[in-house]
Amino acid sequence: MTHLPYILVSYALGIAIPLGFGLAALHRMRAVGRKLAAIDRRTRS
Amino acid sequence: MDVQPSLAPPPPPPPPLGGHGLHRFANPGRFLRLSGAVLPWLAGAGILLTALGLGWGLFGVPADYQQGDAVRILYVHVPAAQMALGGYLVLAFVSLASIIWRHPLADLAAAEIGPVGAAFTALCLGTGSIWGKPMWGTWWIWDARLTSVLILFFLYLGHVVLVRAFDDPTRGQRAGAILALIGVVNLPVIKFSVDWWNTLHQPAAITLSGAPAMHLSMLWPLLTASAGYACLFGAIVVARTRAAVLERRLQGLLLVRTEAAR
Repeated sequence: MTHLPYILVSYALGIAIPLGFGLAALHRMRAVGRKLAAIDRRTRS
Repeated sequence: MDVQPSLAPPPPPPPPLGGHGLHRFANPGRFLRLSGAVLPWLAGAGILLTALGLGWGLFGVPADYQQGDAVRILYVHVPAAQMALGGYLVLAFVSLASIIWRHPLADLAAAEIGPVGAAFTALCLGTGSIWGKPMWGTWWIWDARLTSVLILFFLYLGHVVLVRAFDDPTRGQRAGAILALIGVVNLPVIKFSVDWWNTLHQPAAITLSGAPAMHLSMLWPLLTASAGYACLFGAIVVARTRAAVLERRLQGLLLVRTEAAR
């Protein structure tokens, strides 16, 4: 395969950026969900 | 002229212009329920389609007769570019909704779209640069297409900074919405830059008016990767907006508790 380093870096960026943002959003949702569940009875059920 | 006081109740406010359908979804409680149901499917479809599109582009597509295997960068670069432009269009629409209806959910969504759009624009610029080095012999050139996309990146960054720059969030959101709407002018410039000026960047291979300028064996993986990125972009924005709505609810609850404790 020609230009392999260029291709690999592009694909690595193309996977890492959406993955990073997705995991960060998931972590943020879970963190706020835990805090809400600790103080708000409605979110525990 | 005398004005007679009336005992009749005031008439109900007129419905928002064209907003009944949109307002139904802009209710935070309804948004949380709806997004909770949609998010797993959107994220699942995004992961599946992106993996399929990128894998297909990397291993299942023949090398280009001129560019060799470097053409495989296309399957990351083009979907990222589509999301950069599409994301800005959504940001502008949400900003318009924020200015017209002053809905808090529109403000929260706009603040969450900005960083994601900026990241996908950076991905588009980065992969374009990586593709440009072996093909054009340079990482960067002040070409009309590249420069207008760089301006789009700065518009995203400006929006991200502006909505967070004021002590009063409402002022920041208003300023960000105005910037987002002004920046829409840049979208047709990006789209048609390759037609209006002599650019090093190639013209569009897929148009609405004509047959695609690429073979179907290359087009299908590109469409798959584009659909995957669109689902991923949507899932990330929905997840971030959900988190922002929940954070606001948490702040409200903490405020009520603090007031009650006094």
